[in-house]
Amino acid sequence: MADAIRIEDLRKSFRLGFIPKTREILKGITFSVREGETFGYLGPNGAGKTTTIKCLLGLIRPDAGSIAIFGRPHASPGSRAPLGFLPENPYFYDYLTAREFLAFTGDLFGLGRAEQGERIPRLLELVGLARAADLPLRKYSRGMLQRAGLAQALINDPKLVVLDEPLGGMDPLGRKEIRDIIVRFKDEGKTVFFTSHILQDIEMICDRVAIIVGGRIVKEGSLRDLISEKVLFTEVTVSGLPPAAFEGLGESVSTRGDRVLLKVYDEARVDEVVGLVHDRKGRLVSLSPRTETLEDIFVDTVTRT
Amino acid sequence: MKRIGAIAGITFKEAKRDRILYLLFFFAALGIVASRVLAILTVGDRVKIIKDVGLASIAVFGVLMAILIGTGLVYKEIDKKTIFTLLAKPLHRAEFILGKFLGLVLTLFVMTAAMTVIFLAIVYAHTLQVEGRLLVAVAYIFLELVLITAVAILFSSFSTPILSSLFALAFYLIGHLSWGLELIIKKMAPGTGRTLVRILYLVLPDLENFNFKTEVVHGLPIPPGIYVSSVLYGVCYTAFILGLAVLVFRRRDFV
Repeated sequence: MADAIRIEDLRKSFRLGFIPKTREILKGITFSVREGETFGYLGPNGAGKTTTIKCLLGLIRPDAGSIAIFGRPHASPGSRAPLGFLPENPYFYDYLTAREFLAFTGDLFGLGRAEQGERIPRLLELVGLARAADLPLRKYSRGMLQRAGLAQALINDPKLVVLDEPLGGMDPLGRKEIRDIIVRFKDEGKTVFFTSHILQDIEMICDRVAIIVGGRIVKEGSLRDLISEKVLFTEVTVSGLPPAAFEGLGESVSTRGDRVLLKVYDEARVDEVVGLVHDRKGRLVSLSPRTETLEDIFVDTVTRT
Repeated sequence: MKRIGAIAGITFKEAKRDRILYLLFFFAALGIVASRVLAILTVGDRVKIIKDVGLASIAVFGVLMAILIGTGLVYKEIDKKTIFTLLAKPLHRAEFILGKFLGLVLTLFVMTAAMTVIFLAIVYAHTLQVEGRLLVAVAYIFLELVLITAVAILFSSFSTPILSSLFALAFYLIGHLSWGLELIIKKMAPGTGRTLVRILYLVLPDLENFNFKTEVVHGLPIPPGIYVSSVLYGVCYTAFILGLAVLVFRRRDFV
């Protein structure tokens, strides 16, 4: 499959301060996003995620390297025609209503009135703003602005959707709705490139991820390859027995009432714990093996780098 | 073209929400109406005083509108980060600058037209006739406003509104004083000095090219060639300034 985004040896530095000092933000970034996949771009604050996105969109001129969007050099405005973008903390003209704002963005893509008339109500419905469509944006909450931002990013029915922290500022219900929309993009064959701090969400919806730390890509690959199926430890909750009863079998993490939460690192010991509970007439409340998560990989990678 | 129109439309919408615009319009209208009081207090042709003060009000307040609104236009987009959403669309940076420029020019056209209607009504109240020649002076004031708008947008593309306002105001003042260089050139002996002053005169704006107030108010003849050369001067200078604004804006990083 063709690459929706191809970034090669991207470098960018800024001169900051009263006495200008050069700070290298991107130190030779190389990765690609395949057409049709959902790609998560992770990194701690200040790692260079937003700078990469701004370079991709032509908001920042890279010092070196190349960026291609569906094979076209990113610098030409035409390369952005099949692209929809939702910025982090979206700022819009707050005196416009969501409907007017979508019509304005439709004009920027050269959409005709008939096309806009068909798309705008559909998008407002999709992001859950149909009832607030004629309210000025200044009356919107942060979550509503995020939804309006998502709607404007979709006005041109893009093949590639770039989302910078799309789940920030959303309540749990809103987060689920936006997550569902992103999953739907995949079903529609759209490519999604997004950054998020909420690793659970990335793990749920992404096909591949790249981790950027200090302006360098330190890990890239499909989630299946990155996350091993190996059980790290087993969490066992038991009741009716004191923590001391499990000495040598597992680590007692917490005690609430007569319930004890144990971490058992050795898989062979899990059966011993279960047997002990059975023999001493205790009760096994829960038993869950913990495999590696994206968060483990992220924390491990960032700490090591 | 549709994209430029969309930016111009949003700029017009934004500019007409600006309270400064209405404040300046109020003072301009006050100046035009107060010219009647001045006329009563002054010895001489009262109608000429009304015309003179009226045209000066349109020019001065029009320039203030162009500078105070124009210098914030691009800066606000960058400061409020609305530019991120716009430039992520298939929009050339030149289209953005042109759209902003045309949106403000449209705003100034509406405001100049409104000020002119008040001005013509006041003149009509005195002379009981509509003087078409006054419109010539207003048209060239508008041409000057178009140029000042381009200058305000140029400065706005790389500087803060306060600094941009000062720069644009300096441009306006220099533009109305630079004709003095022409007199100096005539009195200087040929040589390097005269060439340098001539180059300086060519680079600096000469906004007196758009000043037909005296001729119109006092009924003096205007050679037809001047009309054309002033329009050409205005169009070329505005295009030059807008070209510079695009060059500066294209090189900017939006962090």
